[in-house]
Amino acid sequence: MMYKIESKNVAFYYGSHKALKNINIAIMNNTVTALIGPSGCGKSTYLRLLNRMNDLIENTKVEGEILIDGQNIYGKGVNVDSLRTKVGMVFQKPNPFPKSIFENVAYGLRVNDINDKNLIEERVVTSIKQVALWEEVKDKLKKSAFELSGGQQQRLCIARALAIQPSVLLMDEPTSALDPISTAKVEELVYELKTKYTIVIVTHNMQQAGRVSDTTAFFYMGELIEYDNTKIIFTNPKQERTQNYITGRFG
Amino acid sequence: MMIDLNNKQRNMSHLETEMAQLKAETMKMWELVNLQLAKGKEALVKLDKDLAREIILSERRVNAFELKLDRDCENIFALFNPVAVDLRFVLAVLKINNNLERTGDVVKGIAKFVTNVDNSFDKKLLDITRAVEMYQATIDMMADVLDAFDKEDTIKARKVFKKDELVDEINFNANKAVADYIREHERTFANESKAAAGKNTDSSIRVHDEHVESALYLLSIIRKLERVGDQATNIAEEIIFYVEAKVLKHKTEKERNQ
Repeated sequence: MMYKIESKNVAFYYGSHKALKNINIAIMNNTVTALIGPSGCGKSTYLRLLNRMNDLIENTKVEGEILIDGQNIYGKGVNVDSLRTKVGMVFQKPNPFPKSIFENVAYGLRVNDINDKNLIEERVVTSIKQVALWEEVKDKLKKSAFELSGGQQQRLCIARALAIQPSVLLMDEPTSALDPISTAKVEELVYELKTKYTIVIVTHNMQQAGRVSDTTAFFYMGELIEYDNTKIIFTNPKQERTQNYITGRFG
Repeated sequence: MMIDLNNKQRNMSHLETEMAQLKAETMKMWELVNLQLAKGKEALVKLDKDLAREIILSERRVNAFELKLDRDCENIFALFNPVAVDLRFVLAVLKINNNLERTGDVVKGIAKFVTNVDNSFDKKLLDITRAVEMYQATIDMMADVLDAFDKEDTIKARKVFKKDELVDEINFNANKAVADYIREHERTFANESKAAAGKNTDSSIRVHDEHVESALYLLSIIRKLERVGDQATNIAEEIIFYVEAKVLKHKTEKERNQ
């Protein structure tokens, strides 16, 4: 059985500082995996390895292999732009472009040399519908994206990521900046999207991990302490450190 | 962005879906237990030992349900941290699960008695103890609370408190009814013995002994049925707790009716 994403003995260095040590995770297709752990544990660093966003940071080094669909994304001759259309990303703070709602979603298509007007429109509409935003914006597609609320902007950013039809979606604390209602809407969305995508989500909110994910990986000081079905992590984790973290018993 | 808190027409959330599944599983287990209970009555009245053995075997399925429901509740608590009515619902299911399993156990006990008794219960004995009437009352009570659970109908749930009074009454009078029956049988047997000049046939002795034994078995069965009545009222209390957030446990009848 082939895994969607596989990390084999992955280590990562910021300069001489070893930020990730010996990470081994195998993620299955059409699942939601939550990455949890205290600040500075390496979960966001690990997430950014999956679409090589860390390449943009100077003086960093990756060891080990990360396979997506069986192919090592750090191998020779890998096209990073192509990788990033396959592996989309949504960030903590909603960051719509200073463009119209329509153009925000269309941008990724245009930048990937898709010029067919009909195809662009079809993809934009489909994506906006996928994130349950269509009813709210269908009459104002030409308005600036900044006129939307924070929660709507974040859903727009997700639509933007989905428009180029990735197979993996990376989400770095996607609801940290949102109010509870918007958070709930994004969580429902993640739960629905997993039938079509493989999703990896970093979250500070453990209850969120419980609500949306199938599997959970607990990171601590650059190490992967435990990775298992979310049900098991939250009812009977195998590692004491995992239990201490999720029950809030930390010094 | 305005949200509509009154809008009932919307897709079920992930948690609501899980809770709907929990409710459906609970009702499946419940229907099995109620079926066991009904089969028990038939096995008792007809002294159908095959049916009794069927009931004993099926008890395993009830136990399997109990384990699954416990796990399902645990998962919902762990993953969703339910609050308010959702929390009360899962707590109620956890307890009802227990009540159902114990009811299943009681029915299995009744079925075991049926396999042990040698002859059918004397119709006269069944009549004077009102055992069949009592059994039917417990069947009705379990059917009522199942329906009350399904429809969140606390009025229907409260009905079983009244029915339980009948069950308790029959239980209370059972000792006297059975004692009277045994005493009368002793007198009859004593007269027969006199007439036979102390040389009773083996079969007449055996018949006498069996009548006394089966009377005692029936008394045990009546005790067990009284416990089923108790389980049903406990379940009713859980339903009222979950729907109305009212705790009726350990309250007197007067306090309950306030």
